[in-house]
Amino acid sequence: MQSSFPFVPESASTLSGEVDALYFYISGVTVFFTLLISAVVLFFVIRYRRRNPFEIPRPIEGSMKLETLWSVIPLLIAMSIFVWGAKLYFAEYRPPQNALEVYVVGKQWMWKFQHATGQREINELHVPIGRKIKLIMTTEDVIHDVFVPAFRIKADVVPGKYTTEWFEATKPGRYHFFCAEYCGMNHSGMGGWVTVMEPTEFDNWLSGNANSESPATAGRQMFESLGCVTCHGANAEGGRGPALLGVFGGKVVLNNSQTIIADEAYVRESILNPQAKIVSGFGPIMPSFQGLVNEEQLLDLVAYVKSLSTPKTATPTAKPPATTKSPGALARP
Amino acid sequence: MEEFEIPKPPRVNYLNAEHGIKSWLLTKDHKRIAVLYLGGISFFFFIGSLYAMAIRLELLTPQGDLVQSSTYNKMFTQHGIIMVFFFLIPSIPATLGNFLVPMMIGAKDLAFPRINLLSWYIYIVGGAVTIYALLAGGVDTGWTFYVPYSTTFSNSYVVITGVGIFISGFSSILTGLNFIVTIHTMRAPGMTWYRLPLFIWSHYATSLIMILGTPVIAITLLLVAFERLAHIGIFDPAAGGDPVLFQHLFWFYSHPAVYIMVLPAMGVVSELIANFSRKNIFGYKFVAFSSLAIAVLGFLVWGHHMFVASQSVYAGMIFSFLSFAVAIPSAIKVFNWTATLYKSSISYDTPMLYALGFIGLFTIGGMTGLFLASLATDVHLSDTYFIVAHFHYIMVGGTLLAYLGGLHYWWPKISGRMYPEGWGRFSALIIFVGFNLTFSPQFVLGYMGMPRRYHTYPADLVSWQVLHVLSTAGASILGVGLLIPLVYLAWSLRYGRIAESNPWHLPGLEWQTSSPPPTENFITTPIVTQEAYEFVSPEHKQIVGRFERERPVEI
Repeated sequence: MQSSFPFVPESASTLSGEVDALYFYISGVTVFFTLLISAVVLFFVIRYRRRNPFEIPRPIEGSMKLETLWSVIPLLIAMSIFVWGAKLYFAEYRPPQNALEVYVVGKQWMWKFQHATGQREINELHVPIGRKIKLIMTTEDVIHDVFVPAFRIKADVVPGKYTTEWFEATKPGRYHFFCAEYCGMNHSGMGGWVTVMEPTEFDNWLSGNANSESPATAGRQMFESLGCVTCHGANAEGGRGPALLGVFGGKVVLNNSQTIIADEAYVRESILNPQAKIVSGFGPIMPSFQGLVNEEQLLDLVAYVKSLSTPKTATPTAKPPATTKSPGALARP
Repeated sequence: MEEFEIPKPPRVNYLNAEHGIKSWLLTKDHKRIAVLYLGGISFFFFIGSLYAMAIRLELLTPQGDLVQSSTYNKMFTQHGIIMVFFFLIPSIPATLGNFLVPMMIGAKDLAFPRINLLSWYIYIVGGAVTIYALLAGGVDTGWTFYVPYSTTFSNSYVVITGVGIFISGFSSILTGLNFIVTIHTMRAPGMTWYRLPLFIWSHYATSLIMILGTPVIAITLLLVAFERLAHIGIFDPAAGGDPVLFQHLFWFYSHPAVYIMVLPAMGVVSELIANFSRKNIFGYKFVAFSSLAIAVLGFLVWGHHMFVASQSVYAGMIFSFLSFAVAIPSAIKVFNWTATLYKSSISYDTPMLYALGFIGLFTIGGMTGLFLASLATDVHLSDTYFIVAHFHYIMVGGTLLAYLGGLHYWWPKISGRMYPEGWGRFSALIIFVGFNLTFSPQFVLGYMGMPRRYHTYPADLVSWQVLHVLSTAGASILGVGLLIPLVYLAWSLRYGRIAESNPWHLPGLEWQTSSPPPTENFITTPIVTQEAYEFVSPEHKQIVGRFERERPVEI
């Protein structure tokens, strides 16, 4: 709606309009107080200019009432901004269910995207409108950051872990995205385009690039070639190591009787640093795969483990699942 | 008004008491050390400004046509490092603070004069090491030294630069220590805490941050060096470390460091507002304690630099809340300064113009902080030009303006000469206009999505280039505005009108001695019987009779 307004970037996601609304509210507060203080100062400066070199004004001590007033009113305004900003932040950072997942790996100075159906892209990301898209991101080297101004989203991509951000695009078009965390020589060249398409167009695009194998399939092959089958079983049914079937997304009891949720970070950690969390009833016998798999292969393995559970992740198509609200609806957790 | 000039300036003052380079390099006089610091920070400010001009020139066009990316990255890194660690942090405390803290409380010197001199040598050694790193090839990590780029990937002189900053940190710690002990133990008889000028309160608060915060950055930089040289693994996830831990450690110092830079500026502005409107500060205690509140709360908000850095959303919420809370003491100061002007007698001398400019720019700088304290807008604005604009409004619009205002105000006391008033007002105006033209377009640029630390930007975004051109135009005006005082202040040292002891006719203790002051500041210790900022008309002799006065020294 503000695309014609020159002081604001294009607004193309379900959240961008809401961020703009908060931005305009704070802008209003800023302009009001800046003008108020400037006007009062200027008025005093002119009204009480020194008229003769000997004048000494009568001292004024202060006023408890005024101090209270100008502490409490700014505090209340600040709290209104705080609450609004925090609510929206939770919506921005809590990834929704049923999102289309896209794996993102950053490296100096390029971005690799992989769709759940296997299509790979470099510095380009194609997404449909009206679907929630969740980026699961990591990096092979330094910290990067995926920043899409038109969607008003940004999240650092940190080595050694998965970070996520999500959006639901509302307007077809091509939008710049940037690396927003300084990452070395070509930092300013480490960006690209997000192409937002109508659902049917997106389906065409998917099938036109369908010859690549999915991350889960690639992960299955890694699972065999790395010898994981020896302990976890040919079909991940378990053996000397715990079964992986149906594990992802559920609860896991550890040998220190702690219970955790098996998410991407847990699977990743168990591959790279298996001694960190050991499933109850098993011994610490698994070797680390640190240095044997790169970030993209790790994501494939994670995708494979995910695929062993009742598919909680959405089918990779532009068609919105039944639970999703209509495109353009405001997403709130 | 000559007849009120009691006492006559003694012929011997701190500047001519001793001669020769050795008398300067081995001085224990806080005033001479302040002048030494003034030389040091002016040098570093000049170097830092050259980088700034080069950066602004490069950004005139979307392409990288002036320098290569690797050079550009070094330029903004070195601009930041020099300006933050070698100009802004020592600027007001080490020069004006060093000169005035003892004088304002009626002391002959700081508590530890030798340590004071040592702090200057440490600063110079730290600066020299850093300059060596820049000449050897420079550093390209950004002044924030984020890992793992700084520890593993950068091919530049990270460790040497870090060592330079590490060393200079000790000068900051020693200055803070000296101020705290001096303010506690060396106040003149009758100088109770609530009679202290607000400049002293703000320097006290600053000193607390200096001695509590600086060790943390020192340790952090050491860890970066160990990680880089020996790969100890503290920040490397493959070895069980955490790169985000670095950010916590870095900002635990570097956010309070913002208050090291701006609290002394607030102290200067309190002096300027009161003295040039001949009015006691409205709500003195609120202004005094808001400095302490800022110093304490300032230690609890570091996480607001990491809202998009994979910090937990709940941590983000708490840091956001505290960041809004720290805005309140600053707001209280602005309102009290404004109220001080009510029914006052305002002169338009150069220092006051700087103080008024400070109020306007600091207000904008502070208010735009709300966009960044607010979580959802910060997500969009993090690491964009909006941040760049915001902190330059605080650091340049705030600290630099207050520093220049203070330098003009106390120039007669420091140098014994008056600066040319007309040129002073003119350049203050040029700086104000140039500053706003430089940095206000960057707010818009930031919301449009331009990331910071970008050597090039997309050519299809025409509005970005328009805003960059405006900003560069402003920077050239600002550059000229900053050169003018450099020229006329140097000129005034030789040709300026001889300053009276109390050219502004003010009650502060520093004005109750000759200009420039004798080495021991006051021949007899003053006895204070009044609150700060009690003005009496210059036609009444009480203004000079209120303190037990020194007699002119007979040579």
